[in-house]
Amino acid sequence: MASKVIHAFYDDDDVLMHAVKKVKAAKHHIEEVYCPFPVHGLDKAMGLAPTRLAITSFMYGCLGLTVAIVMMNYIMISDWPQDIGGKPSFSYIENMPAFVPIMFELTVFFAAHLMVITFYLRSRLWPFKEAENPDVRTTDDHFLMEIEIHDNEEELKQLLLETGAVELSVSEKNS
Amino acid sequence: MYTFSNKLKIASYILMAVGVVGIAIGFASMPHTVEDAKAIVASHGDGHGEGHGESQAAGHGEEASHGTASNDHGTEETHGEGHDASHDEHLLHQLQNKPWAALYVAAFFFMMIALGVLAFYAIQRAAQAGWSPLLFRVMEGITAYLVPGGIIVVVILICSVAHMNHLFVWMDPEVVAHDELIQGKVGYLNGPFFIARAIIFLGGWILYREFSRKFSLAQDEASDNSNFKKNFRISAGFLVFYLVTESMMSWDWIMSVDPHWFSTLFGWYVFASMFVSGITVIAMVTIYLKSRGYLKEVNDSHIHDLAKFMFGISIFWTYLWFSQFMLIWYSNIPEEVTYFVTRIEDYRLPFFGMVAMNFLFPVLLLMNSDYKRLNWFVVMGGIVILAGHYIDIFNMIMPATVGDQWFIGLPEISAVLFFAGLFIFWVFRALTKAPLQPKRNPFIEESRHFHY
Repeated sequence: MASKVIHAFYDDDDVLMHAVKKVKAAKHHIEEVYCPFPVHGLDKAMGLAPTRLAITSFMYGCLGLTVAIVMMNYIMISDWPQDIGGKPSFSYIENMPAFVPIMFELTVFFAAHLMVITFYLRSRLWPFKEAENPDVRTTDDHFLMEIEIHDNEEELKQLLLETGAVELSVSEKNS
Repeated sequence: MYTFSNKLKIASYILMAVGVVGIAIGFASMPHTVEDAKAIVASHGDGHGEGHGESQAAGHGEEASHGTASNDHGTEETHGEGHDASHDEHLLHQLQNKPWAALYVAAFFFMMIALGVLAFYAIQRAAQAGWSPLLFRVMEGITAYLVPGGIIVVVILICSVAHMNHLFVWMDPEVVAHDELIQGKVGYLNGPFFIARAIIFLGGWILYREFSRKFSLAQDEASDNSNFKKNFRISAGFLVFYLVTESMMSWDWIMSVDPHWFSTLFGWYVFASMFVSGITVIAMVTIYLKSRGYLKEVNDSHIHDLAKFMFGISIFWTYLWFSQFMLIWYSNIPEEVTYFVTRIEDYRLPFFGMVAMNFLFPVLLLMNSDYKRLNWFVVMGGIVILAGHYIDIFNMIMPATVGDQWFIGLPEISAVLFFAGLFIFWVFRALTKAPLQPKRNPFIEESRHFHY
């Protein structure tokens, strides 16, 4: 279905934040906002659902911790028992301090990398993917707000100019 | 302007009064002779005291030096008896140390909170932070406690040098005479130099505190930013002074209770403890003032930032605690590892309990970003963090001063109550002396609109 959308450009993140709040207050649905850098609080202002990425990160951290424990137990204790620091007790728990750095590192490694991969999957990003930005300036110094038009083009344009948009453009969008 | 509410004032008086009574009872019930000491231990133990030959053993105890120094008696039986007696003498000293150590741990703990806040404040000043100026008066109020709190700690140290207690074993000439390791350190560890250093450290900190406060108040009335700039400069200078003196202070006031043992990151470790305790107290005082209708401009984002610091510095503390522990545990060198062997054998619960309170608890509780904005959550987490860091200081001082005779009983709790009362009284009295919101700080607008 092809629909008409309006693109409003802003050149300042504070102006953008206020604009988003005004547009939301006027009960318009914001399709998307494109930014050159993350703007704190934008998700809340747009009324997006809270991210669940943090929860996945916690779970990946727990997974990493488990992998570290199982791996070190297998390598150092059961498969080829090692004398750790002159303390040949061959018990994981008694030698635990020696394994803490590995447990910590793998927790961080799993949490960070798997969270980033999850983020890419969730955002449908992959290498060599064609950019979805409607305008290249959103990767440089402009912010872009996209709103769908439902026979209210003039009213929307009026509102967006009032919020401090530096440029407006209307285009067809196929989705 | 903030007015000290009567309820809080009375609460602080009650805390101080109860604390003084408890401390007095602690000192009054201190054993004066070896018999008393043995009776106390026996009554705490399984009940039946060994009555025979106590006076005899005590008689020998007087001449035998206590501690590890061995004494050469002629025959085997007198040697055995002498050893027994020296053990009893040692026990007596440990029990005599108990009320002093309890007082010292609590005094140091509250002094450390004010000092940690002072460091945090200086960092905010030196970094020209934009989010925190709304909290500057709260921080200045807390650092006011450094004057009485620091002086009390130094007075206790002077009492130690004057041989009124045996907190620092290297101050006992009898011990030094039999201990080559301490003899090698006499150039640094001696009474007059020790006190001189303490006075320089405390003097420098208080000097910075008073000047910074003066410039901060003057900035409110000024027509330009010169006071602000002066504050920036002295804060940067203070941080250099602080990093050196804080580290040396931790060797002097804490590490030297175990004069044979040393750790090169001890200064950082103590710093992490005081930093996280200080930030926690800033958050708690701010939340209290907000709940009483003051500091209206302070929003959830400020509390969120403080909670982030509490979370982060708790992890930093754990990192240092573990770095110190793991290297010593791994290398297993007798003179180093004895420090942790004593703590794990005699202090198992406080030693591991503290790790749970200072690491696991804040990490799990304050991990969620929304919880950092819930005031009651921050206060609850803060109480556990403060208790955990009290136990941290307890674990640093007690093993060397009272050994396995430790207990968190009347003297310890009373000392905490007394200093808590004094702390509340002094801090909130200082808060009444200036408007809670700085007027002309150049970053005040940014701080008011601070939003994450």
